[in-house]
Amino acid sequence: MPKTPGPPHLGLSRRSLLGTSGAVGAGLGLAGSADAQQTGPELAAFNTAQITLNVNGKRRTLNVEPRTTLVEALRDDMGLTGTKIGCNQGQCGACTVLLNGRRMNSCLILAITADGAEVVTIEGLADPAGRLHPMQEAFAEHDAFQCGYCTPGQILSAIGCIDEGHAKSAAEIREYMSGNLCRCGAYPNIVAAIESVRDGQEG
Amino acid sequence: MRNFDYHRPADMSAAIDAARAEGAEILAGGTLMVDLMKIGVREPDALVDITGLADLEGHDIGMDRIRFGALARMADVADDQTLKTAAPVLTESLWKAASPQLRQAARLGGNILQQTRCPYFRDTAYSQCNKRAPGSGCAALDGGKTNLHAILGGSDDCVAMYPGDWAQALIAFDAEVHTQGPGGTRTISFADLHVMPGDTPQIETILEPGEIVKHITVPVIPALKASHYLKARDRESYAFASASAAVGLEMEGETVRDVRIGLGGVAAVPWRARQAEEHLKGKSLTEETARETGRIAFADASPLEGSEYKIKLGADVVAGALMTAHARSQGGE
Ligand SMILES: Cc1cc2nc3c(=O)[nH]c(=O)nc-3n(C[C@H](O)[C@H](O)[C@H](O)COP(=O)(O)OP(=O)(O)OC[C@H]3O[C@@H](n4cnc5c(N)ncnc54)[C@H](O)[C@@H]3O)c2cc1C
Ligand code: SF4
Ligand code: FES
Ligand code: FES
Repeated sequence: MPKTPGPPHLGLSRRSLLGTSGAVGAGLGLAGSADAQQTGPELAAFNTAQITLNVNGKRRTLNVEPRTTLVEALRDDMGLTGTKIGCNQGQCGACTVLLNGRRMNSCLILAITADGAEVVTIEGLADPAGRLHPMQEAFAEHDAFQCGYCTPGQILSAIGCIDEGHAKSAAEIREYMSGNLCRCGAYPNIVAAIESVRDGQEG
Repeated sequence: MRNFDYHRPADMSAAIDAARAEGAEILAGGTLMVDLMKIGVREPDALVDITGLADLEGHDIGMDRIRFGALARMADVADDQTLKTAAPVLTESLWKAASPQLRQAARLGGNILQQTRCPYFRDTAYSQCNKRAPGSGCAALDGGKTNLHAILGGSDDCVAMYPGDWAQALIAFDAEVHTQGPGGTRTISFADLHVMPGDTPQIETILEPGEIVKHITVPVIPALKASHYLKARDRESYAFASASAAVGLEMEGETVRDVRIGLGGVAAVPWRARQAEEHLKGKSLTEETARETGRIAFADASPLEGSEYKIKLGADVVAGALMTAHARSQGGE
């Protein structure tokens, strides 16, 4: 058998909808066990699975429904509300996190598929002493935001952009940051912030 | 989102068994599937996550053919510098698609099987959509927003456009799709994978329930080296094609020996402009012949009200792409 990360343990709960008021992914500690075959969504019963994530260097174990997205797990289950939801459709980039080192839209990732993964969110960028990550510093220095709603996603994406080697020119940065929309139009300053971090790393 | 069962099989036969079950669907990167599930367009009973099938990862460039695993990520393949030199059309049609984050998550198998962005298909508030609810009618035919609809290959029942970019390069260069399903393995010519809407627009490909795309191969031919993907869109980046062309040229002196033309943003399925290719073969490549070729590619187009612009735009895009491919055939950028 090929060695692959094992499937998350499926602990099936048969809670009635009454008890959950339709809340998604709030099933911590409530997982019972039942037969997978009999658990159909139409029965208003649903399953949760236990998954483990390494979030910002900390191991977190939680129960999620298959339909819980990663951003919901981060915000609602773990209280990490730095990651924002804009469109919830993969179009705006506000929910960008690093998943196993790759920047991705956490609104289009099912949390259950990230079992065993490493996740970095905006909360995990400062060092233990509280010193900001160079990209956070640069965004502050270059005034790379106005309302700040897109900023956590912009910063995570910008780190990915440099890591991937796609920050060689302002034009390339614009192309490779196009997955992060900024309603306030802070684009020129965002590009300047990324260039400054890139230049700092080179020097 | 409706809830569902989740499986992550560790080997191919378990994956096929799980995926062939009634109501089960395959999940790769999820950028299409999760999106459509959220908006209620797809409601599977079970998702079979195939990302544990390690054999489907990666890609390699051989002497005779290039092989892409169905789980290779769009971003990784787009960034391969060797591939970029050997077959620019295959990297350009990837990095000009979607966004950097989506390309990190999305896999090539899911990419070729992406579904239309027809706004009426994607909005369940519209009751008329033959693709979503066979027999209900087609809201797009009443006009309205038509920039994401087909002007080639549509039918009286559905004018949805196939929105992908990479597929246009695959069809132009005779790619093959290698699958495994309940009935064993088979090789499908890329041109046969997608089916025209006709009066059954709900059927989009010839894949059987439980049939998994394992890899995609592209034969290495001279025209791959002098190839280009030109994509025109509403904004400079991160938008679906208004019209695009995947082209390649092989020259013999001043004469076009081989030419490949795939068209994006305009057709119901991945589209190869064979008549236009035939027209150009044996001629010299000038701005004039390039423009003629572009016009021929759209000779049979039937636009909707509001999408007439795609005919001229598409012809210009074909001509422009051919000029770049020609420059590349002469050793230029
Ligand atoms: C905002 C946005 C913008 C986009 N812009 C573009 C664009 O400009 N150009 C473009 O080309 N694309 C674009 N896309 C589409 C994107 O490229 C696709 O969503 C992505 O490639 C799908 O890959 P995936 O791995 O995420 O597929 P999934 O969502 O996992 O699967 C897609 C489909 O393929 C099936 N499937 C997946 N893998 C296999 C397999 N190996 N065998 C059999 N069936 C399989 C699934 O069942 C599903 O039906 C955009 C998407 C979004 C959300
Ligand atoms: S064009 Fe096709 S997908 Fe769009 S509404 Fe009509 S039937 Fe549905
Ligand atoms: S919230 Fe995920 S991309 Fe907009
Ligand atoms: S700073 Fe307001 S959206 Fe970007």
